[in-house]
Amino acid sequence: MKVKRKIDLNGKVTTITASPVARLLDVVRGDLKLTGTKEGCGEGECGACSVLLNNEVIDSCLVLFGQLRDGDLLVTVEGLENKRGLNRLQRSFVKNGAVHCGACIPGMLIAATALLKHNKTPSIMEIKEGIAGNLCRCTGYGRIIKAIEEVV
Amino acid sequence: MVQSVGTNAPRLDCHDKLTGRTKYLDDLDIPHCWFGGVVYSSIPYGRIIKINFDPSFDWGSVVTCTFKDIPGKNNTVFLTQDQPILAEEYVKHVGEAIVLVAAPTKEILSQARSHIHIEYAASVPVLTIEQAKDKATLISGKDNILAQYCINKGDLDVGFKEAAVVIEGEYQTGFHEHAYIETQAMAAVPRTDGGLTVMGSLQCPYYVLKTLVSVLNCGADRVNVRQLPMGGSFGGKEDYPSLLGSYVALLAKKSGRPVKLIYSREDDIIMSTKRHPSIVKHKTGVKKDGTLTAMEINVEFNGGAYATMSPVVLSRGVIHAAGPYRCDHVRSTAVCYATHNVPCGAFRGFGVPQTIFAIEAHMDKIAEALGINPLKLRAKNCLKLGDTTQTKQLLRESVGAAQCLDTVAKGCSFEKKWQAYRRQNQAARGKKNIQKGIGLALYMHGGAFTGSGESVMKTEAGLMLQKDGVVRVLTGCTEMGQGAHTVLPQIVADTLGIPLKCVYCEVPDTDLVPDSGPTVASRTTMIVGWLLTQCAASFKERLFEFIARTYRVEKTALKLVRASFVSGSKRITDFKTAANDYLSKVGELKVIERYKLPPYIQWDPATHIGDAYPAYSWAADVAEVSVDMDTFEVTVDKMTIAVELGRAINPVLVKGQMEGGTLQALGWALMEDMQIINGHPQNKNLQTYIIPTARDIPDWRVHIIEEPFSYGPMGAKGIGELPLDGGAPAIVNAIYNATGLRITEIPVTPEKLLRQCAKL
Ligand code: FES
Ligand code: FES
Repeated sequence: MKVKRKIDLNGKVTTITASPVARLLDVVRGDLKLTGTKEGCGEGECGACSVLLNNEVIDSCLVLFGQLRDGDLLVTVEGLENKRGLNRLQRSFVKNGAVHCGACIPGMLIAATALLKHNKTPSIMEIKEGIAGNLCRCTGYGRIIKAIEEVV
Repeated sequence: MVQSVGTNAPRLDCHDKLTGRTKYLDDLDIPHCWFGGVVYSSIPYGRIIKINFDPSFDWGSVVTCTFKDIPGKNNTVFLTQDQPILAEEYVKHVGEAIVLVAAPTKEILSQARSHIHIEYAASVPVLTIEQAKDKATLISGKDNILAQYCINKGDLDVGFKEAAVVIEGEYQTGFHEHAYIETQAMAAVPRTDGGLTVMGSLQCPYYVLKTLVSVLNCGADRVNVRQLPMGGSFGGKEDYPSLLGSYVALLAKKSGRPVKLIYSREDDIIMSTKRHPSIVKHKTGVKKDGTLTAMEINVEFNGGAYATMSPVVLSRGVIHAAGPYRCDHVRSTAVCYATHNVPCGAFRGFGVPQTIFAIEAHMDKIAEALGINPLKLRAKNCLKLGDTTQTKQLLRESVGAAQCLDTVAKGCSFEKKWQAYRRQNQAARGKKNIQKGIGLALYMHGGAFTGSGESVMKTEAGLMLQKDGVVRVLTGCTEMGQGAHTVLPQIVADTLGIPLKCVYCEVPDTDLVPDSGPTVASRTTMIVGWLLTQCAASFKERLFEFIARTYRVEKTALKLVRASFVSGSKRITDFKTAANDYLSKVGELKVIERYKLPPYIQWDPATHIGDAYPAYSWAADVAEVSVDMDTFEVTVDKMTIAVELGRAINPVLVKGQMEGGTLQALGWALMEDMQIINGHPQNKNLQTYIIPTARDIPDWRVHIIEEPFSYGPMGAKGIGELPLDGGAPAIVNAIYNATGLRITEIPVTPEKLLRQCAKL
């Protein structure tokens, strides 16, 4: 059985048909071919699969496609660039050397975007809290935090 | 001259990584691809009686392989060829692969896996070093020893006679999981010529190729191995992909289809290698003034069921066992034992974090016994130019230990704080609930393969001219997040005199690039980078000859500056035009060269005496911690690091390496408690195997010190592994300063601190 959802995906109205019990992660990566969103654990522990659903960051490995509603707003890493290319946050990641292997980076960007949507001037502690659900094994987090701090 | 070396040039791959465009293996759309899976041993040791394929399942819908399907040899090709690709009669660890399955969908795959049942005759496993030593059950050879070494310098008896005090200590470390965010992932795709492309998340394409050729019993032209972008590795994808690559190759051969195999986090933790647990004993003679007179060191590693990289991990561990200190009389012995645990293999630091943890915790114990500040004790003994290491290697140049020590100590007023915290904490014992402490560690890491390893390897790399003045770097060195594919082009760009944007690394595919040796051992920048400077020099020479001929100018007067050929003050032509002219008039311009070791290197592998490494990188860490005396939770507030690495090709990448590696050390020191009980890993996911999050990080301060090394590109040495070596002892020493509790076994969990406190 498949169900249909009409959502706003990265700024475009998109109709998606998929199994209601499929993980949102699989729908995004498989059906929609948006492979920027990663799977690191499949159990809600690493945050690599983070996407924005109605401006809230969620682990797409824990959400089923059937849980989406028509009209929902879904943003993946592919939706972050603007017309001129990398957005401010992404550029700040470049400048601060915040990217190593990159596996955590899409999730980090999404978590940071959500944080900045809700809190325009987060403190360092709030930034740390904001990305605490996103594991990075490479960078030591310092440069990621700095990158976020600099766009505040 | 626009230089890129020494600048924070943005990584060449970061744009794609920030936009989700980078295609890791699982992101590739491979048409008609099947999904592979592994059925593995659920017991640590026993005989396989029978493999039952449940008849209720439709086996025609999938493909399965056992060892009987292996056309060639059933083992990985490393130093010791003891590890089967698929178990035959016996299984020797939980997670050892027995049956492979490939299916058209993930659902069918998981059904198939659950319909395969293995019957075993289980035996009593050997799990600890103690059990391995008593040889009641033999796992490897006649003595359960996977590797052993003894290094002798001077005469221990003489050294102990000179000593005023003898101090002993024993230090232990546990299993350590790589926890890269992208799990092990490989695919095999049949080629139109009947050959096979094997690709995925792997550090060393030529390692995988070697094993595949042996397993498939085919010529090297029948298979090519390609590295794809990797989501982290840290040594975890050095040896293991030879197994996983064989799995997908066997499945693809049998099914005639592409097959990809990506581990779930649980399968990854159960099946893939770990850092070796260790027990290191020190007996040290010192004079009253702190001068080290004798060091007797005994290193024991638990290697798990198969050798994988153990012989070299142990070798590197024991070579670093005396730390960055001068001592005339040293004896270090080291043994790696086989047990029925998951094999331990390569993990950033490669045996050195264990031995540095021991010596650096022990130095603090010595300082305490003598009543000397830990900084003074280290400063007194630290290796300097002209000293010899425990392998009797003369340190000829680029020895930054003392400078690192000085820099970190000054950077955070170490001595003053150390005294002050000690006094406060002794006075407050038990009354204050947060106690602060500060701790120090001094350490080094040898870059490149040990001894003459780099000449044995026959390391090759090259450059190739492309249209419009683009230069392609041909190297088997892989990018795994460390920045190699940015740093190597930076070196090439500057050596040639062209902008960084004109240089890129070819995909490390064994059909496209030469064997530059594995991407391990902190060797990429120092060895392959150096080799590329030589290639660039020859490359430029060829272009100069061409320009001299074409424009009738004196060759010796030619220079390539900012992508223009100039002769004296006269600009002849630009690099782009010259490149296109060369390609159309002369043809291909491709330079491949072989690495030559510095001429003075002498090494005896049997005695482990001589020039162990072309050069060492040096570092010192100061950790500042707060210990909650109610919950015994430890917070690392600040980490000051000074690192001497010859030359920082890209400072921001260097700092990133230092911070990231040190955070892995912090995790290993405080929270990463991989419990393997009766051969079964207990922490099978990232909820129970806790790695540091953004909440756990200290305030990072990294100081870079440059003491150029003559045989490094622009003076650079290695940096990949060093960062994991020093954090743990610095933290443990800080905990002692804060609490008076000397923990000698990491991770220092709150439970361990509480137990130790109760003993006082
Ligand atoms: S993959 Fe979803 S949290 Fe790890
Ligand atoms: S950059 Fe590798 S996990 Fe974060």
